[in-house]
Amino acid sequence: MADNSSKSAYWSANVRIILISLVIWAIVSFGFGILLRPMLSGIAVGGSDLGFWFAQQGSIIVFLALIFNYAWRMNKLDREHGVDEE
Amino acid sequence: MDQFTINLLFVGASFALYIGIAIWARAGSTSEFYAAGRGVHPVTNGMATAADWMSAASFISMAGLIAFTGYDNSTFLMGWTGGYVLLALLLAPYLRKFGKYTVSEFIGDRFYSPTARIVAVICLIVASTTYVIGQMTGVGVAFGRFLEVSNTTGLLIGACVVFAYAVFGGMKGVTYTQVAQYVVLIMAYTIPAIFISLQLTGNPIPALGLFGDHAASGEPLLAKLDAIVRELGFAEYTAHHADTFNMVLFTLSLMIGTAGLPHVIMRFFTVPKVSDARWSAGWALVFIALLYLTAPAVGAMARLNISEMMWPNGGIEGGAVTVEQIENDERYDWMATWQKTGLLGWEDKNGDGAIQYYNDKNEDLQAIAAEKGWTGNELTNFNRDILVLANPEIANLPGWVIGLVAAGGLAAALSTAAGLLLAISSAVSHDLIKGSFNPGISEKGELLSARIAMAVAIVVATYLGLNPPGFAAQTVALAFGLAAASIFPALMMGIFSTKINNTGAVAGMLAGLIVTLVYIFLHKGWFFIPDTNSFTDANPLLGTVKSTSFGAIGAAINFAVAYVVSGMTKPTPEHIRELVESVRVPRGAGAAQNK
Repeated sequence: MADNSSKSAYWSANVRIILISLVIWAIVSFGFGILLRPMLSGIAVGGSDLGFWFAQQGSIIVFLALIFNYAWRMNKLDREHGVDEE
Repeated sequence: MDQFTINLLFVGASFALYIGIAIWARAGSTSEFYAAGRGVHPVTNGMATAADWMSAASFISMAGLIAFTGYDNSTFLMGWTGGYVLLALLLAPYLRKFGKYTVSEFIGDRFYSPTARIVAVICLIVASTTYVIGQMTGVGVAFGRFLEVSNTTGLLIGACVVFAYAVFGGMKGVTYTQVAQYVVLIMAYTIPAIFISLQLTGNPIPALGLFGDHAASGEPLLAKLDAIVRELGFAEYTAHHADTFNMVLFTLSLMIGTAGLPHVIMRFFTVPKVSDARWSAGWALVFIALLYLTAPAVGAMARLNISEMMWPNGGIEGGAVTVEQIENDERYDWMATWQKTGLLGWEDKNGDGAIQYYNDKNEDLQAIAAEKGWTGNELTNFNRDILVLANPEIANLPGWVIGLVAAGGLAAALSTAAGLLLAISSAVSHDLIKGSFNPGISEKGELLSARIAMAVAIVVATYLGLNPPGFAAQTVALAFGLAAASIFPALMMGIFSTKINNTGAVAGMLAGLIVTLVYIFLHKGWFFIPDTNSFTDANPLLGTVKSTSFGAIGAAINFAVAYVVSGMTKPTPEHIRELVESVRVPRGAGAAQNK
């Protein structure tokens, strides 16, 4: 079993990754998709603008990237801190 | 072969497949019944989660809502997928590490309180039951339309099928049955969309076709669509019209509600390892995204097709479709078919032999109407929920595609109903009976009580499906709001804070649950009884906050109350802090049982 300082370092690294991911999560959906859409209106995407794309498709693609990135980083972090499953 | 026979063939063949799988995978021990022996591969589990999650609302209803509103209803797309990020990062791996069967078991153990567990069970049963009523209603409508029987008969047939594989198969039957259902429903959703995208844009991928060029005019598809709906006096498809604050709040409520729905969370107990739970959430969203990236294309293309069918000669100047065309031209056969269901209707109000479809509330169009002698919109009824089911007929696709869509719509509704019923039955038998009233119950007795609970839940849901307390959308909104306001905050605080204690958690859950329930009842009527509401969603109690968007506020109340109450009462004991520490690291997770 890993010692306590390594465990708390593991946990704060995890919380940091979660916070960064959730900031991106909020920016692409509530930000680009809704609140910041007027700012992106100059960028045309296939008959509409970038904000419309983020609201209908882009945010979903970013969500996918966030989850797989998290799984990959955490599984690596588990091994680095010796808390992975044998 | 006529369309009825084709539909029967597709629906019958898909059912035979589901029931066959359920019998093949019949559960033995309780561990297998609840969590499929903890041995489901993350990709398989992701696929089953996708089928579990995507209900009649996603398959039948969502594209129609987007089609007739456009950009403003992107909230459904973002809300129902963004919840998976919360699930994957904040809940799934830790709950898998905890290694018990049910969501309420975690809440009961973490908050060292049988009361907390019972409160969680109540939240779970209320949220799941209201959700399953909507599914049963959907099952009834889909069976009724495609098997050409009454809504009631359709619902009863559907209830028997759900009963057969959920009760006899348990989770394992459900897991592999749901994989089969996913395959059926995704084919049913994407194949017509591919055909339509090819017809309109020449691009075989609908998600790309949406942002491509309209083949007939050479203009971008969305620009073409905007121009047509603007000409007919409707709000522009890609423009933002809705209240921004309510849009944000509604999206957030759907996201939190997604992460708080017990039947989805339960799926992550079925993978072998903690690391698999993380991957599995990603795979679930991959399979969901296949439908969700296609849905906005289905909506936009259907709206374009319908507008062009109603004005087949190049807009208003060319003249509207004639009654004679609708009655005799086989491209318009779908209109007669759906008119029989009462969900589509038209009326030649001014008696000019043509059906003018336009927005008669728009002043510019009223001026044109006065000049041309129109006396109001003559496409008098177009129910949003028929759009996906009617779509292949509207695009004049072959009969087998229509049969496939019938099977897909039923797969979506049945798979979600079964998953919800499983969550209810395990809450009753495992949490209430074994956890509280009769801890000494034998494994056999527990399995029996789980099956009885499921049977009772099916009977209740079928009865309420026959006599629904409100529209499906109302009951679904209640389910999401309740899950967001009660279960999600308790789970998240249980993992991310060691400070929240038993009293805090119970107070938080009750506060979130009750405030949300009251807010919904104030707007939708007490217990959904008509005319008992004090406010309407058009003119809500709090600013622009509709009752469907309140779940996020309910969740905030839950968090706040839990923190304040925990601060005023006894701190959490040492062994609970150790439990939280152990949930946070994957090492030492229980192995998959009976792999």
